[in-house]
Amino acid sequence: MNLLRSATLLRHLALTLLAGFALYLLSLELDPFRNFQLATVAAYLCATAGLTVLTGLSGQLSLGHGALMAVGAYTVALCQNTLAEHDVTGNGVLPLSLLAGVLVTMAAGFVIGLAAARLRGPYLAGVTLAVAVAVPAATVTFDELFNSEQGLGVYVEPPPLSLGPYFPNERWQAWIALLGALLTMLLLANLVRGRFGRTLRAVRDDEVAARLSGIDVARAQVQAFVVSAAGAGLGGGLLAVLAQSVSPGAFSLTLSLFLLMAVVIGGLGSLSGAVWGALLLVALPDLAHQVSSGLVASSPAAAQRLEGNLPLLVFGLTLIVVMIAMPGGVQGLLHRVTGWARRRLPSR
Amino acid sequence: MDRFVFLTFDGLSKGAVLAAFALALVLIWRAARIVNFAQGAMAVAAAYAAYTVTTATGSYWLGLLAALVGGLLLGALVERAVMRFVDHRSPLAEVIVALGLVLVVQAALGMVYGNEFRAAAAPFSRTALEVGGVPLLSRYDLFVFGAVLLVLLGLALLFTRTGVGLRMRAAAFAPEVSRLLGVNVGGMLTLGWALASAVGALAAMLVLPTELGLHPHAMDLVFVSAFTAAVVGGLDSPPGAVVGGLSVGLILSYVSGYLGSDVTPMAVLALLLVVLLVRPGGLFAATVARQA
Amino acid sequence: MSELLRVEGLTAGYGAAPVLHEVDLSVPAGTIAAVLGANGAGKTTLLRTLSGLVRPSAGRVLLDGRPLTGVPVEKLVHLGMAHVPEGRGVVAELTVEENLRLGGLWRRDRADANKALAEVYELFEPLAKRRRSAGHQLSGGERQMLALGRALVARPRLLLLDEPSLGLAPKVTAQIMALLKQLRDRTGLTVLLVEQNVRSALSVADTGVVLALGRVVAATGADRLRDDEELRHAYLGF
Repeated sequence: MNLLRSATLLRHLALTLLAGFALYLLSLELDPFRNFQLATVAAYLCATAGLTVLTGLSGQLSLGHGALMAVGAYTVALCQNTLAEHDVTGNGVLPLSLLAGVLVTMAAGFVIGLAAARLRGPYLAGVTLAVAVAVPAATVTFDELFNSEQGLGVYVEPPPLSLGPYFPNERWQAWIALLGALLTMLLLANLVRGRFGRTLRAVRDDEVAARLSGIDVARAQVQAFVVSAAGAGLGGGLLAVLAQSVSPGAFSLTLSLFLLMAVVIGGLGSLSGAVWGALLLVALPDLAHQVSSGLVASSPAAAQRLEGNLPLLVFGLTLIVVMIAMPGGVQGLLHRVTGWARRRLPSR
Repeated sequence: MDRFVFLTFDGLSKGAVLAAFALALVLIWRAARIVNFAQGAMAVAAAYAAYTVTTATGSYWLGLLAALVGGLLLGALVERAVMRFVDHRSPLAEVIVALGLVLVVQAALGMVYGNEFRAAAAPFSRTALEVGGVPLLSRYDLFVFGAVLLVLLGLALLFTRTGVGLRMRAAAFAPEVSRLLGVNVGGMLTLGWALASAVGALAAMLVLPTELGLHPHAMDLVFVSAFTAAVVGGLDSPPGAVVGGLSVGLILSYVSGYLGSDVTPMAVLALLLVVLLVRPGGLFAATVARQA
Repeated sequence: MSELLRVEGLTAGYGAAPVLHEVDLSVPAGTIAAVLGANGAGKTTLLRTLSGLVRPSAGRVLLDGRPLTGVPVEKLVHLGMAHVPEGRGVVAELTVEENLRLGGLWRRDRADANKALAEVYELFEPLAKRRRSAGHQLSGGERQMLALGRALVARPRLLLLDEPSLGLAPKVTAQIMALLKQLRDRTGLTVLLVEQNVRSALSVADTGVVLALGRVVAATGADRLRDDEELRHAYLGF
């Protein structure tokens, strides 16, 4: 048993290192804009992976993960700026700020989780929806700290000089974000494979049965929320670092819905679904931009309307169709296709 | 003291609208055991229909009519074309599909009308009439009370005094038995969604002139407040929704009046949490646990 | 005697495995047919398939010569079929009066629907005293009366009755059986009666059908089932 577990761990570690190396090579090839997109995918991946653990594994719905990302982002922003004001700089500072962001978000997740553990279905959705609406508003109430709608700039160190004077900043950002995402995936994959994952699945599939077999259901659900919040906090922190600014507009209810859509469309059952979701979150707006600038070149206002709303429309429609026609999402579809191919191949 | 009186009347007027919106949520919950998270977006869509009609004809009343008819049709369409096909065994599926609808409706509105605020017309003056030197209620507030009261009475009569209402209740409580007795259960469900959506549309028409105006997201906070109101009332009880709506309206009016309007969203969250954790069955329900 | 209900080769069930296998049945108008058999023999499934709640995978049902294939459940009551489901199906949240009115809502002839309602109150006096009570406040016997009365408000030609004696005192069961007999004799009502309680069912039935594991193993006169010891032993276990 122990041998098996350490084998899984080793496999995950090897996969992570392999993926890290491949992504490193990729980042060397990509132009700055694509590297920035890669970094954004990595940042979103932290959040979607966390949400997949929560919704897919423990069956709890959160419409408030955008707000949790905001918590991480604002914490990182405040840490970075305060440290910079006190002349504490250097490349060790950013990991510290990100860690602070993760910890504060975990604390927020713990509080929401406490409430969530007592709520089910639409009630939980309603509460997290209220969180998603309330958190951006809080930045206005405490405007001395958060500077209201304008938001805060985030001080971020330039790439270290040892990388050379012309090292593109975007590649550096991609490295930071990818490191965070890979670490998140590795930790979550191990967690999901282990006892924690089994407990959550048991709770999701049959709460009463789980309770009867000695599982502390409420505890497991709170833990799921905390773990999930950690991912969201890191993702939000990384987004703040990438954009070098934070504002409530970036963490609206729509972001929360987008995250949920992303994990549902990607596939709720597995962490790989979270990768698809994160890719979609970046690719879809990009695609919408290309489509709308091609379509309505005549009227810039109409083009802007179309561009801003097309991803929402596509996301919403896809979501409804996925939920009704293929609840397994992209990952489930792939699974079915590969299974089908595997069955077909030997017979030939 | 004057301010308190003013805030009280203002809160009752807001509360009346929340009550109507919460009632729409309760209607669908009773008919289908679904919390319609898309209700805010659907109501805004109906309000945009009113905006178009009012702009074209210059008549507020034709616009209101358009919103109500549009609400009816949209509700029926959503049930027939989308909700009917959702797997009802998973509680997540219904919520997620409703959220997908939110995105679709808001995106469609953004594409057609743009994402900027547009003024929502009010048929009566919103300046408060003074009684003994104290500003109390505006003509518009009176209109709001009248409209909500009319809807409440209409629904009460429909459900307790007519055959259609009896069919709708029976279909919700015991779908299979109702079919055996000749009730078109699917039709009743569609009708329930249509009615709820029209009531939601009316609530949007009443509340939008008192807020920032028309915007695809204009009902987001109203939805959360109305959800809170419905939960306060127990989600299952129409009278509960009304009392819940009025209480939430009052609380939010005081919070916004004494602490500032930007605190309102946090107050809603706090209120919702308190109600769900302290009295999970709502103030009017007999149920103990909240297992949906 | 003309045939009111005819079932030909009916095969039906839930999911892949059928519960009913090629069931044939014929019920003449104005008679009471008892469907007997052990638990799990498919009696309830037979009734649910007849009223369209379960879709058959093969075979068909004819009511008065008219095939019911494709007729939606909620239209069957228009054709004169009423189904009182197992567990009685009283809508617990509605009052006695509302439950009864529900039974006749589909009818165009409001005057006759109201007349039927009054007749049901005459037939079941306890219900008349409890018009305003909610369904969940009634006793088991009252609920059975309500379910039966609600079906009668529709003035059906064919009544499908699932386990009316379930959980009732023998005296109440006897009253209900007597009532069925009375309705048959007075109004020509045809009844398909599913019962575990073989004795009381056979006491009023004209014909009997025995189901075992989803197949018809005997279909004959009720008196033969009552009197033929061999048959009784083989299929009914007493």
